[in-house]
Amino acid sequence: MELIVDISSALCLLLGSFLCLSGGVGIMRLPDFYTRMHAVGVTDTLGAGLILIGLMLQNPEGLVEIKLLLILVMTLFISPVASHALAKAALRNHLVPLSDRNENNGGTESSKP
Amino acid sequence: MPENKSPDPEKPNLLPHTISLFLTLSVFWLLNSGHYTLLILSLGLISIALVLYIAHRMDVVDHESQPLHLTLKIPGYFLWLTKEMILSNISVVKHIWLGNETISPVLTTIKANQKTDMGKVIYANSITLTPGTVAVDLVGDQITVHAISRENIAALQAGEMDRRVCRLED
Repeated sequence: MELIVDISSALCLLLGSFLCLSGGVGIMRLPDFYTRMHAVGVTDTLGAGLILIGLMLQNPEGLVEIKLLLILVMTLFISPVASHALAKAALRNHLVPLSDRNENNGGTESSKP
Repeated sequence: MPENKSPDPEKPNLLPHTISLFLTLSVFWLLNSGHYTLLILSLGLISIALVLYIAHRMDVVDHESQPLHLTLKIPGYFLWLTKEMILSNISVVKHIWLGNETISPVLTTIKANQKTDMGKVIYANSITLTPGTVAVDLVGDQITVHAISRENIAALQAGEMDRRVCRLED
């Protein structure tokens, strides 16, 4: 029984780490601000979620688990608000998304070197 | 601003919401404390009473901060949202590793069919919570959405999520 819990905990942690890493790679790799924000979404939701679930399985009884669960719930409520605020601020300051820039063809210079 | 508030006769009954806030705060406090001596417990009770008083002064105890009417329906929606979140996570991770040729970012507006502000906020936040789509703006019943690929927008326009949030309302 303990072995199964340990293995699933390790699996969750590994998968969560991979998703967080993917989020980081996405930030470096994707072409503009808005698409990079989607990469952060991966880290925020399933990446953090899986790592927290993995940690919960490490200590299956006690208050620690509930606190980790609270952290998870808080993250899931707060991160969309933060993403929305970021995106709205960017749009209000006239940062043009990539697709529109391509269709306009050449009016504005690309911010990418 | 208290002078803008509607007069008392229209004021809804806030007792259930106050009780709910009290219970939520108590459970939150008890789970976070872990010390159950008389002194600590009474200090906790005092702080909860203080928070309740401040919340009432701020006039934030209502159906929006304590959405009691959603209690029964929201767990099912959360389950479905979790499933959607996992699926869209997989698709975004795929886009990240396969490179920039596979993405087709779009910025567009979609319609929110919810009647209440609460429903619209749940819908917009659900859109943002699923990776690949971010709700940028919400004016009236039009939500501006940025998506990493056209398929995400097509999925939103198919309206599955919209319908499910609408069903939460009534």
